[in-house]
Amino acid sequence: MKYKTLAISDPAKLIYGVAPNPIETRHGMRIGGGLIYPELNFTLPDINIRKEAMPEIARHYKQIVTEALERAAELEAPGVMLEFETLPPMTEHPALGMEIVNILLEGIERAHGKYGLKATLRCTPNDNREFIRPPVMRSGRYWDAMLELFDQSAAAGAEFLSIESVGGKELHDDALVNGDLRAVLFSLCVMGVRDMNFIWEHIVAIAAKHGVHAAGDTACGFGNTAMVLAERKMIPRVFAAVVRAVTAVRSLVAYECGAVGPGKDCGYENPILKAITGCPMSMEGKTAACAHLSPMGNLAAATADLWSNESVQNIKLLGGMAPTCYMEQLIYDCRLMNTAAAEGEASALKMRDWLVKSDAGLDPQAMIITPESSVAIANAIVASPSHYAAGIAAARAAVKILRETSEAGCLRIDAREAGWLDRMEDELDDMPDTEDAFIEEMMEEVDLEKFTPADYGLPTTASA
Amino acid sequence: MSTIEDLKTAVINGRRKDVKTLVPELLESGIEPSALLSQALIPAMGVVGERFKNNEIFVPEMLVSARAMKEAMNVLEPKLLEAGIRPEHTALIGTVEGDLHDIGKNLVATMWKGAGFDVIDLGVNVPAARFIEAIEEHKPHIVGLSALLTTTMPAMRDTVAAIREAGHTSVKLLVGGAPITQSYANEIGADGYSRDAASAVDAAKEALGV
Ligand code: B12
Repeated sequence: MKYKTLAISDPAKLIYGVAPNPIETRHGMRIGGGLIYPELNFTLPDINIRKEAMPEIARHYKQIVTEALERAAELEAPGVMLEFETLPPMTEHPALGMEIVNILLEGIERAHGKYGLKATLRCTPNDNREFIRPPVMRSGRYWDAMLELFDQSAAAGAEFLSIESVGGKELHDDALVNGDLRAVLFSLCVMGVRDMNFIWEHIVAIAAKHGVHAAGDTACGFGNTAMVLAERKMIPRVFAAVVRAVTAVRSLVAYECGAVGPGKDCGYENPILKAITGCPMSMEGKTAACAHLSPMGNLAAATADLWSNESVQNIKLLGGMAPTCYMEQLIYDCRLMNTAAAEGEASALKMRDWLVKSDAGLDPQAMIITPESSVAIANAIVASPSHYAAGIAAARAAVKILRETSEAGCLRIDAREAGWLDRMEDELDDMPDTEDAFIEEMMEEVDLEKFTPADYGLPTTASA
Repeated sequence: MSTIEDLKTAVINGRRKDVKTLVPELLESGIEPSALLSQALIPAMGVVGERFKNNEIFVPEMLVSARAMKEAMNVLEPKLLEAGIRPEHTALIGTVEGDLHDIGKNLVATMWKGAGFDVIDLGVNVPAARFIEAIEEHKPHIVGLSALLTTTMPAMRDTVAAIREAGHTSVKLLVGGAPITQSYANEIGADGYSRDAASAVDAAKEALGV
């Protein structure tokens, strides 16, 4: 484990807009340097992404960047991050992705020239490796195309590189729907950590080559899948909350490999990572309801350095095109928080605490990422000798927080979920002492048709 | 002596071990395999589905019951086949081309199995041609298409059109996935839609007119 101590060990210092290691952009935004900025995300409406449709697709993105940045300038936003999260064919065929990257970069430069707006671009290719089943994780055309898009977009001027990587997900969806914490730990902390090490070494090298920033990853496909399933009453919220704590161990690996932030918006584990690394983080909450519902719409903003809407289709709403409307909402959210911060530390803390308090007691998943909980889980992680141990420690810390806060009357847990805390604790008690022993046990249980152990540097059979 | 009701209760409570001993015991006592299926297993999954729909249990609990049913089916299936009894309805299901989301689709497949359908799961990222090939091979009564991305909704539309153009006009096409609505289903000519796994059985039965 690279991080042995916390960058932010006092929960009172874990606050929006300020990170111990801020990042400066070419146009002069200082992310984590005192202000929280909006990060706008957008996607296409109902269109088949084919070569022939590219003129129409290009028109969409041109409209998005032009209109949204114009509104940002009108509202005097101090800076804006745009995130281009590609749709799968745009990474599969980097030329398609690059066409959009260039449109967005041109739009950013136009807005800078015309209004002096400080904007920057995060490029997030898709992790398409799972298009083959079982996925081919370390070679092949999906892997090559993904690296190509990273490389070309960085060369063209995208300042931040991110991904929602999928390593370990082969077993995780089943682990979730079966409420199987052991399999969650295997997916995230054994498989996920190994793949993160592999993929981030490459992304960090590409960023260094072009003088841009390797920003960060997210355990979206893990933690947010759990959150959406919990939101739909399919799995217990306490289980999703514990899964969230464990995802921090997986996402941390990007920073261990050299990522510098801002962490990606959909990583609700980011407050824990901010405490450990001191890197700025993007978050999303109430203003991302266009993309998915969450039980921590205010709280998510409490420690954010960028405030995002996750994704919205370029469709017409009454106020304008949806991305422009969301740009406006994000800017107002940030303006309020920056106004509070401008009045001094005490006001900023008051603002933060309102954001936290308005959500924390109503849902276990919110409680798990309050500043206090984040620091507690972060401490459990850095005190661990390995990622495997850190996963168990994070889960234990999470169960403890949920138990204590609910017993103290600070957190509401549905009666039907109460037994799940014991169930998870029992599972944690039964975890083997060493990772090797765990791997040996799991290789007997897992479905080897779903993933290729060698792609994770794992033995093919238990006895190997 | 154990009864069919005991088997039903064991499946509802997801007690695989009990199921494992009850099934041979009941068969030995002279009860027909088809009776175990229609009077214990399918009604049990009906109860479980209803509990899930009413937010009384979570998916992990529902899947424990589904696995208990599977345990029983491992024994019953060969016997049913021997007796020439085939499931009344065969269903194909898959996620359309370009789309990898499958949690919702898998749950629908589980519910359909629970209702006694023979379910063939084609997986994710399934091209229209593969659906057609499988329709010709398995002659299903229902085909379920899932799409979770706005950008793969056109693939769903194309798949429905391709299946119809290939001359498969009587097979019932059901669609679902977060961005799919009843009106979209109507627009692309699907025979049924359901917004969640719990109502997917009703939607299928309605489309089949049973
Ligand atoms: C989990 C998830 C993932 C997981 C999928 C895991 C898996 N094995 O399925 C992962 C991380 C892999 C993933 C990847 C991506 N995802 Co995704 N994902 C989700 C998420 C959060 C939840 C989906 C889910 O599982 N829901 C729970 C299940 C139970 O519900 P359900 O699928 O709706 O199914 C129910 C009903 O719809 C119905 N149903 C479903 N199918 C069928 C079929 C029939 C026949 C019937 C009758 C009923 C039926 O019954 C089901 C059970 O109740 C959604 C958010 C959302 N709001 O839906 C985004 C979402 C769908 N994903 C999105 C995106 C953009 C992506 C990616 C492109 C991300 C990226 N940039 O890499 C990739 C695409 C990969 C690909 N090519 O498909 C967007 C789509 C936006 C858009 N333009 O449409 C969403 C909406 C998130 C967002 N707001 O941005 N995703």
